[in-house]
Amino acid sequence: MTMIILKGIAAAPGITVGPAYKVGKEEYVVPMESIQPADIPLQIQVFEEALIKTRREIIELQKRISVDMGQEEAQIFDAHLLVLEDRMLIEEVISRLKKEQVNVAYIFQEVLKKYISVFSKIEDEYLKERISDVNDVGKRILRNLLGRERKSLKDLQEKVVVVAHDLSPSDTAAMYKRSVCAFVTDIGGKTSHTAIIAKSLEIPAVVGAETVTAKTQSGDILIVDGNTGTVIINPDEETLDSYLQEEQKFKGVSEKFWAVKDMPARTMDGVSVEISGNIEFPDEVPSVKLHGGQGIGLYRTEFFYMNRKDLPTEEEHFQAYKFVAEQMNPHPVVIRTLDLGGDKFLSQFDIPKDMQPFLGWRAIRFCLARPDIFKLQLRAILRASVFGKLKLMYPMISGVEELRQANAILGDCREELNREGIAFDKDIEVGVMIEVPSAAITADLLAKESDFFSIGTNDLIQYALAVDRTNEKVAYLYEPAHPAVLRMIGNIIEAAHANEIRVGMCGEMASDPIFALILLGMGLDEFSMPSLAIPQMKYLIRSVSAADARNTAREALSLSTAKEVELFVRDRINDILK
Amino acid sequence: MTKVAKQIVVQKKEGLHARPAALFVQIANKFDAKITVKRDADEVNGKSIMGILMLGAEKGSVIIIEAEGKDAQQAIKELEKIVESE
Repeated sequence: MTMIILKGIAAAPGITVGPAYKVGKEEYVVPMESIQPADIPLQIQVFEEALIKTRREIIELQKRISVDMGQEEAQIFDAHLLVLEDRMLIEEVISRLKKEQVNVAYIFQEVLKKYISVFSKIEDEYLKERISDVNDVGKRILRNLLGRERKSLKDLQEKVVVVAHDLSPSDTAAMYKRSVCAFVTDIGGKTSHTAIIAKSLEIPAVVGAETVTAKTQSGDILIVDGNTGTVIINPDEETLDSYLQEEQKFKGVSEKFWAVKDMPARTMDGVSVEISGNIEFPDEVPSVKLHGGQGIGLYRTEFFYMNRKDLPTEEEHFQAYKFVAEQMNPHPVVIRTLDLGGDKFLSQFDIPKDMQPFLGWRAIRFCLARPDIFKLQLRAILRASVFGKLKLMYPMISGVEELRQANAILGDCREELNREGIAFDKDIEVGVMIEVPSAAITADLLAKESDFFSIGTNDLIQYALAVDRTNEKVAYLYEPAHPAVLRMIGNIIEAAHANEIRVGMCGEMASDPIFALILLGMGLDEFSMPSLAIPQMKYLIRSVSAADARNTAREALSLSTAKEVELFVRDRINDILK
Repeated sequence: MTKVAKQIVVQKKEGLHARPAALFVQIANKFDAKITVKRDADEVNGKSIMGILMLGAEKGSVIIIEAEGKDAQQAIKELEKIVESE
């Protein structure tokens, strides 16, 4: 086997070695396996159960779509059901199963292929559309067939490197806490979902490795160097050795940071900031505490809605929030309300694909249009607020109008709970995530009606610089140190402080040591980041003085380009961390 | 057992594709009778959307619908309506 070296983008630090495990975009390739004649009845039963399960899924989906999007949209699924119940298809599978005596999933896959190939030869627009129906239903059935047969990730004995073209939030949610030691993807940038999850799981990730799925087979040995963005497929022994040594060294550096993790985040001249963790799952709370987080600065709540067919109930929300509130008490937990859209889609709604999802129907826009869904979450947050110190934050607010609308719905929830005699924290802080340039520019207006701000840099930067961070061709323009970004942040902090409210930052920028001095100098009160990054940030804050940081910030704000800013601070930061 | 067969010219302008095909199969499935649709040498199960679609019967093509069973007569009557209406 020849060694192949690929360069990608370093998305999450660390070095690891492990066998590759390819995850396809629902492309199942089912191998043929012989079966005994005695197994045929069981195989038929497996097939029937898969059909029944699929039917149930489609009907549920159809019901929901018809409620949410109308009868017209739901009719698409009539065609799906017809395909599912198609006698010819079912009979063909069963008769071939009896004749060929191989696993039913394989036969189904072959029959499906046959139909699709016949359909694609017919010149007919309608039929071409039906191919996608057949495909959709076929994949559903196949998934349900494999659900009983496939060896899932959690059954693997050793840790694997997950290799994929791209990983969606629902892909990674299914993998969470299973045996994954690194992620490698063909596409994506530094702030892609894969990167965020990898950091939270404390495993290395390389994204944008372009041809990695084409060049890797499941089972190949991979070295993943998340520090430099290198992936080595089937390394020779010499390379492997040198990487294992490197891995040790990497661990050594972090020990220095580890030593200060539970100390206050206070500068040498006595200015305190709060360093807290970002989480997506209640399970991540122990990791935040372990790494010395002084709270949760961002609790993402989208995962409630992913990988499931129905909507989460108020009770489910409540139980999760209560758990996190209790675990973190007396430290604060900022719960961000539903932020779906952009690169995260609701599986329940089949929301029409926006041409520009980041500018589309998402986050607070969706919630304001669907107060029924929004209220479930708001009520749950309010109810959980008596179990600790919860704060509530609205994403993607673009101006005062939206904030008032959201608060009006929150007000309704408060009234309802009062009427029902259910206790909640009447002084719960309600803040705004500043991630839309219009909000950044009108921060002074928003500050008058908010209890706190949290700057979401990932979106703010891409909106401000008009860069789609998921497009590799323009990803280089995504520059957190761009003078426009720094000025905006400065403006937000100034407006907040003028109105005596605190400002946090929960985007990737908050955890990047390069910007720590500038942000500290501009007066940022709270840095929220993946728990893995907390010890290093504490070390950094404790190693500098606020007066020095203010000078650095002033100087940085006078520079003309992102490159100049980075150059100006990089050496200083490297010196401190050395 | 009643067996009824009827030759019909497809009148629908989109042929026996699209919604007519789906409708055809839905109606066919209401009956107990075994339903077969023939066109030239092809013969498919009339209760199968895959079958009907694969038949590729355009407007003007001649098909034969066969029904076999107690309610064959009624089945042919209803199916005919779909194929012959424009």
